[in-house]
Amino acid sequence: MSSATLGALRVEKAGPLATLQDVGRFGSRRLGMTQGGAADLHAFAWTNHLIGNRWDAAALEVVLGGLTLVAEQDTRLALGGADLQARVDDRPLTPWQAFTLSKGEQLVFGSPTSGVRAYLAVPGGFQGEPVLGSLSCVVREGLGGHDGQGRALAENERLTFSLTEQSRAEKTRAVPVDQRLDYRQPAILPLIPGAQIADFTGGSLFRAFNHAWQVDTRADRMGVRLTGPALRCRHQRMISEGIALGAVQVPPDGQPIVLLNDRQTIGGYPRLGTLTPLACARLAQCQPGEKVYFAATALTQAQEAYRLFRQAFS
Amino acid sequence: MSLPRLENAGVDAWLVRLFDAIDEANMPWLTALSRRCEQAFGEALIDLVPSYTTLLVHYDPLRLDAGNARFLLTDILANLQPDNDAIDSEVKELPVWYDDSVGPELSRLERASGLDRAAVIQTHGEHEYCVFALGFAPGFVFMGSLDKRLELPRLKTPRQRVPAGSVAVAGRQTSAYPRVSPGGWNLIGRTPAVLFDRNREGFSLLRVGDRVRFKAIDRQEFERLGGDTTPVSSGEESQS
Repeated sequence: MSSATLGALRVEKAGPLATLQDVGRFGSRRLGMTQGGAADLHAFAWTNHLIGNRWDAAALEVVLGGLTLVAEQDTRLALGGADLQARVDDRPLTPWQAFTLSKGEQLVFGSPTSGVRAYLAVPGGFQGEPVLGSLSCVVREGLGGHDGQGRALAENERLTFSLTEQSRAEKTRAVPVDQRLDYRQPAILPLIPGAQIADFTGGSLFRAFNHAWQVDTRADRMGVRLTGPALRCRHQRMISEGIALGAVQVPPDGQPIVLLNDRQTIGGYPRLGTLTPLACARLAQCQPGEKVYFAATALTQAQEAYRLFRQAFS
Repeated sequence: MSLPRLENAGVDAWLVRLFDAIDEANMPWLTALSRRCEQAFGEALIDLVPSYTTLLVHYDPLRLDAGNARFLLTDILANLQPDNDAIDSEVKELPVWYDDSVGPELSRLERASGLDRAAVIQTHGEHEYCVFALGFAPGFVFMGSLDKRLELPRLKTPRQRVPAGSVAVAGRQTSAYPRVSPGGWNLIGRTPAVLFDRNREGFSLLRVGDRVRFKAIDRQEFERLGGDTTPVSSGEESQS
């Protein structure tokens, strides 16, 4: 594509972790490659939808703010997910809406007031060289992202997008209020009970579903550790096997770890079950110290909820 | 094969549990299961994660519901035959420079096994290993089973930085690190082979079900093949 048809956002200040993400890398987990992809699929999909994109177009995942971008051309953008006190020059910008950034204007992300991950989308999605069919950035593996090398955004780098897609983006659009999640509310996380559920003691199962769990400081795109009453399983370790998104693993210390997008492909701890994709999305917005609750759900019900969500964007 | 079990792994995955123990004889069955899933699920197949005794089958819930996905798997399992092509496939050879400077736990392996250096190298190299799983990092394979005499526990404190190509042992498994990464395995040498390459078709040099043999080479050959001779210091011994 010639430079005349490309627009760009320049990174003036990089922030702790801003990465390009799409829905993830599939078909390569047998090679040991992680899935990657937007940690909050709900906010990611809505943000793309706001601007008329395919649901899986590459968007920017901005963690904890601290990022400043400058427009090199007038462009339409959409912002969803966490409220990181974003503003355009000095005008405050509420998430869950599309907006225009004029040439030379600054888009500044402050610090989180609700949630931790904001999504920024441009018409047609951000551009990059896909690695194994995906632009998702996995820092640990040095794969994907805006430069293909798995790096988070750095100062003075540029994010490019197509200018020809701009006309297709809708002029004003906002996410319906009932679809905007308030990440300050306690998170109730639907969990599909898994194969080893019967190996946990009765008391542990009661505690798992009737007590609050606290999000630990050890929480990132790989997984979220939860602290609370110790869960006891009759099996401490198993032969390593493939782990799905949202798997709730319980290591010998009894404190569950929920595995998210950048998890390693195989692991060997017993599992309480699997969080639904939307529960993973909600958990990915929690700050350390927040309380979360597990709510057991049936596979058929969870699958129906996920299908309805996906169908809304296809 | 024991009776296979299907375990729910979320809104879009079933875990097929074929075996209960690690065994090289598992691999032709797991390879066959992977192939049959690719054919039967077609476009609805999203990903497969084979490991020692299981296969995680990740499907598209917009194309198949959980019940239908389960039905397909049950049907495949009812008629599954081991894929013996996997056994007859060529043995891949990994050249290794066994040396204290790049394999600081080589001397520990001598002490623990009661073998002299030449015997340790010969024992590590003479077995035809089976690739049981990939994971930990792109292109990192878990191979076994190592001769019982060469069994060593993982390091007490994992290294922050294991050089690329490091050949290592832990328990009854052996492997090589595709790239610089943290790691707690015992280093006994280094291979100049490129284990993971984004420009290679299929990326990973080794796949689940492959058979692998290590071949001792000297420093001169190692350097000729492009190996990096930068030394690594020894790791802390495990007390377990």
